Amino acid sequence: MLISAGLFCIGLYAVLTKRNAIQVLIGIEFMINAAILNFVAFGKFDKLNGGGQMFALFAIVLAAAGVAVALAIILNVYKHFRTIDPARIDTLKD
Amino acid sequence: MSAEQLIFYFFGALTLVSAFLVVSMQNIVRSIFLFFVTIFSLAAMFVFALADFIAVTQVVIYAGGVLVLMLFAFMLSNRELLSGLQSVKGSFKLNHFAGLILALGFLFLIVTAINQTDILQLSWLRQNPGIGENDNTIHQIGIHTMTGYLLPFEMVSIFLMMALIGAAHLARKEKKS
Repeated sequence: MLISAGLFCIGLYAVLTKRNAIQVLIGIEFMINAAILNFVAFGKFDKLNGGGQMFALFAIVLAAAGVAVALAIILNVYKHFRTIDPARIDTLKD
Repeated sequence: MSAEQLIFYFFGALTLVSAFLVVSMQNIVRSIFLFFVTIFSLAAMFVFALADFIAVTQVVIYAGGVLVLMLFAFMLSNRELLSGLQSVKGSFKLNHFAGLILALGFLFLIVTAINQTDILQLSWLRQNPGIGENDNTIHQIGIHTMTGYLLPFEMVSIFLMMALIGAAHLARKEKKS
């Protein structure tokens, strides 16, 4: 299965999203999706206990939960700082 | 090259190109809507791996839930960004370059690793029976969820509840007192 090579490209291009908090979140989603695609691709060979597809489902659910929490945090941060550029949120710095 | 392979490579290319466009797009609204394309073509790839239930779940959760949430948060948080694009600062440019180098290096590493492993010759892949086109995977998934994977299933459900409560708590308005 040549999927693996293609899917990691997605995750890897996603690593360089560093412009906006929401875009960073989309990058994280890409990486999670790359992992899910790998799960599914190898789950094709695992008929007996279906590990690949089950864990792909769990990973999708966890990603959705993570996105919900992250968006709530982004909204809160925006309320405090009036921006969602992670480079400008530097209150924790010395 | 058969038609099936052709469609597979088409969707693979569509996934990669749209993902790259999402990442490199300046306008965030456009990139979020392009994310739709990526999600749907990823679902098509899942169908090619004979995981139709995962594909449907992907479309429902991502296109139905996550993207709407993202658009919602974007509209709420984005008054000044909507009009003008962010100016490129010097430090930001350096960050971008370093990120590009890092990502390309990692991509090179993974591709060489994949080339060296020779995936189709792995022993456990050859021994296990693969899923056939006529197998009822949804039936299998239901049975596995309630038998072998019951503990992770319950953990995921509790985690999801915690996440939703936490998100609602974080996003609620503070009472003025």
